[in-house]
Amino acid sequence: MKICVLVKEVPDAAVEKRINASTGRMDRSGEKNLNPYDTHAIEAAMQLREGGLVQVDEIVAVTMGPESAVRALHKAVSLGADRSVHLSDETLAGSDVAATGYALAKALERESPDLVLLGQQSDDGECYTIGAVVADHLRMPSLTQVVKLDVDGDALRLERQAEYGYDTVRVRLPAVISVGDAINEPRYPSLKAIMGAKKKPLETVDAGAVGIDPALVGADGSRVQCGEFKDPPAKAAGQIIEDENTDETVEKIVAWLEERKLI
Amino acid sequence: MSDVLVYVLHYEGAFNKNSLGAVSEGVARAAEVGGACDAVVVGGTDLSDELCRTLGRYGARRVFRAEGPEGLAQPVVDVMDRVIAEHGHRYAIFGGGLLGFEIGAGLAARRQAGVTMEVTAVRADGDELVAERPILGDSKISVSHYRGGLGIIIGRINAFEVRESGSADAEVVDVAVEYSPWSRQAEMVSRGEQRGADVDIEGADVLVAGGRGLGKAEGFELAEALAAAFGGNSAVAATRAVVDAGWYPYAAQIGQTGKTVSPKLYLAAGISGAIQHKVGMQSSENIVAINKDANAPIFEFSDLGIVGDLNKILPKLTEAIRARKAG
Repeated sequence: MKICVLVKEVPDAAVEKRINASTGRMDRSGEKNLNPYDTHAIEAAMQLREGGLVQVDEIVAVTMGPESAVRALHKAVSLGADRSVHLSDETLAGSDVAATGYALAKALERESPDLVLLGQQSDDGECYTIGAVVADHLRMPSLTQVVKLDVDGDALRLERQAEYGYDTVRVRLPAVISVGDAINEPRYPSLKAIMGAKKKPLETVDAGAVGIDPALVGADGSRVQCGEFKDPPAKAAGQIIEDENTDETVEKIVAWLEERKLI
Repeated sequence: MSDVLVYVLHYEGAFNKNSLGAVSEGVARAAEVGGACDAVVVGGTDLSDELCRTLGRYGARRVFRAEGPEGLAQPVVDVMDRVIAEHGHRYAIFGGGLLGFEIGAGLAARRQAGVTMEVTAVRADGDELVAERPILGDSKISVSHYRGGLGIIIGRINAFEVRESGSADAEVVDVAVEYSPWSRQAEMVSRGEQRGADVDIEGADVLVAGGRGLGKAEGFELAEALAAAFGGNSAVAATRAVVDAGWYPYAAQIGQTGKTVSPKLYLAAGISGAIQHKVGMQSSENIVAINKDANAPIFEFSDLGIVGDLNKILPKLTEAIRARKAG
């Protein structure tokens, strides 16, 4: 079995995210971390490999993004991927979710994976949706927000929380599965794996190499036009207490609750 | 003419509230751009003529009904693709939730359409619809305009109000669909399983809600002790993350499932305040948050925020409230 894991570089949680006023796009200059949700996808791939119920021949990390996105691939490889593919092309900049999913699907098509794994959401932009876009382009079934994944003969048995409780779904491969963070506890990479990550094969491909139609990507190829922003209605800021002396803090909370007749 | 198509989710013979909100929104917005709103339902025999016609109450014109598996997204993509190809709907609207995201995204791929998710408002701009979506922790609103034949709008949970604007029955139209091979690769084994004890959080006046910051399942004992100190009509609630991790029963979960609360007091302990949680509790009358991370988003919408260690604060707060009640 060949598993591809989609990964993404996202802004560090400590960096304030903002819109670049001149381009109308997310300012991605401060990006430096692998999307935390993606580490769960890599861990899920590793557990399939180590579980012994299926033979996992290869785990390939795939990303799309500017040159700096290589760091996300290095991190993915240090966590267990065997090699990585970096789709990078100026024409892809400004792609919306649907165009990004199309481009990623083209990069994946070339790898012919049996299973595509990804994190259920990214910390910065689109949530929950990219897996379903990729899957339909690849003509594969897709399930998102999966919190349990087991091998069931020649299929996978998946659990997730949906609108009315927990659902259990059996999916025959190939498939695209996005996982939630409750699915596993990702391992920490060893120092040796971190040092060795840059030596693992990394292939950089451009849009033409994977057969992307330039008319369907980038800001011009996207069917959603963003770039117009406005401020939400102002909300009065709440009161903030920094707890330095817990007895005093608790007194203040109790007084606040009493004032509002909540006790 | 700009018609709108809305997917309506159902379970055990009843339609989903967020879906009915999406129909109501679709009806109101379609009218502004000179169109009408139709609905799509996919399922088994519980989708009776009688049930489907009731969508007319919310203003739906036609209900396209297909027989197919329930609770899976891709069969619905097949049906909507077919209906749109035949009838030329210009917009598709979803009420949010897991299936809405999956179907909307899949449909965007299938029909090369633009998609916007977490939408909180839809409005007419000339003869087009535009979607407004809060981004960057709700600090900005991004406005989506659509190009091409179809625009897809996935609402945030609870964003669209249910309005009974119609009086006539909706017309029920049966659609026969050949499901795509990849839709048939997934099969529902069991649906809607409830896990853990049954607890009522929707009727409580005081809710003490716990998140990952409680550290472990046993951390909920602190939340339970505090709720007990408040006495009366108080209960403990939990975020999705800790329910998925098995720390607390599913029935106590706020947010994504559509369980929405508005108690007099909502005390969030160790909850960062992700959107999926916020949509389930933001109409609470008073919101108090305790979190050790001063940058946690929950402080942006709480009335009183305490930056500190809940392991230190909760026991003392419990004690103080208990003393106050006794005195």
